[in-house]
Amino acid sequence: MPVTEAQIWNWLEGVPDPEIPVISVVDLGVIRDVSVSGNAATVTVTPTYSGCPAMAVIAMDIETALAANGVENLQIQTRIAPPWTTDWLSEKARSRLEEFGIAPPQPAGGPTRCPHCKSDQLEKISQFGSTPCKAQWRCQSCLEPFDYFKCI
Amino acid sequence: MTLSAAENPLFEFLLRQGDNALVLGHRTSEWCGVAPVLEEDIALANMALDLIGQTQLWLGYAGEVEGAGRTADDLAFLREVYDYRNLLMLEVPNGDFGRTQMRQFLFDAFQVPWLTRLQDSTNTRVAEIAAKCLKEALYHLDRSSHTVIALGDGTEESNRRMSDALTFLWPYSGEVFKVDATDHAMAEAGVAPLPSDLHSVWLETVERVLTEACLTLPEGTFAQSGGRTGFRHTEHLGHMLAVMQTLQRSYPGAAW
Repeated sequence: MPVTEAQIWNWLEGVPDPEIPVISVVDLGVIRDVSVSGNAATVTVTPTYSGCPAMAVIAMDIETALAANGVENLQIQTRIAPPWTTDWLSEKARSRLEEFGIAPPQPAGGPTRCPHCKSDQLEKISQFGSTPCKAQWRCQSCLEPFDYFKCI
Repeated sequence: MTLSAAENPLFEFLLRQGDNALVLGHRTSEWCGVAPVLEEDIALANMALDLIGQTQLWLGYAGEVEGAGRTADDLAFLREVYDYRNLLMLEVPNGDFGRTQMRQFLFDAFQVPWLTRLQDSTNTRVAEIAAKCLKEALYHLDRSSHTVIALGDGTEESNRRMSDALTFLWPYSGEVFKVDATDHAMAEAGVAPLPSDLHSVWLETVERVLTEACLTLPEGTFAQSGGRTGFRHTEHLGHMLAVMQTLQRSYPGAAW
């Protein structure tokens, strides 16, 4: 029986971001399109940052997950326009990020509160962090450093 | 047989964009593991990563436009010094941390208005790549201008080093504004504005940041050139490529 687009979206929900495993690639907003034609499926992915090394792993994980569900004729396309924005992170992703210890992106350009103790006494350590999409901040109340998901 | 710049100005234009990102990206990556503090090390590695990602977009499209079957990797790893089209400022050695940041700032101050204008290119692919790169360039400019200000308006020594960096880099900074036939061809086709049209907006940013950084804008207007036309590179690019291309040169076709 041929697969449906809804099924593929559902399976993609089960593919975690390789760097931030608490959110799925769908929650990250990088899946731009899914289309099915007969037995062939096409998944269109957009990169977060143009040089993000996780993108190759994401493509491989998508292929593996869909193959496990019987999708063998799969094409993964890359689309860069419109460019990825943190506005595409789902609400679920934002709360998961905070539970995981990463402050979610804010339009104001910095975190609103410490993901650990919720204090708003914060300081920036560096504009870059462990991955291209994050910056390093520190809480002045609990003194814990934490990652902030940059808003772009 | 590769077409000349006059015969395929779009290819030439794309090489200029890609080679700028590639050469600066590689230079920036040389800081990996040796930056003054861990946060800066991570920041520089991330900036290098952004630039290499941008390179893949520009050179990937350049390869398509050339139509000779060359990929972004082929263009990056299998071309000779004189086939490179990057600005000379980006290939000279990093110098100290201050000079690296000053160069980044002088480049970012141009890239932001440049990529902003390229978003309106009549060439859809150019417009799309520019829109993607601009987001990263804005972040880079924010960071490099803050760092230039912090170091310029820092200690006596940091101010002296930034002043030396500016003196060293200034004669290279004007190359991008020297337009040639490729630039005119791109402007006529609506692909890109003339880089010289952006000189005043670039200078405005540079003046504002240098003033805040307690540094003096150099007076000289002489500009070293030859990098973006491929006429003449510095001696340094060959050494850089020898390191960057060593794997593909020693083991042709090696893949991950």
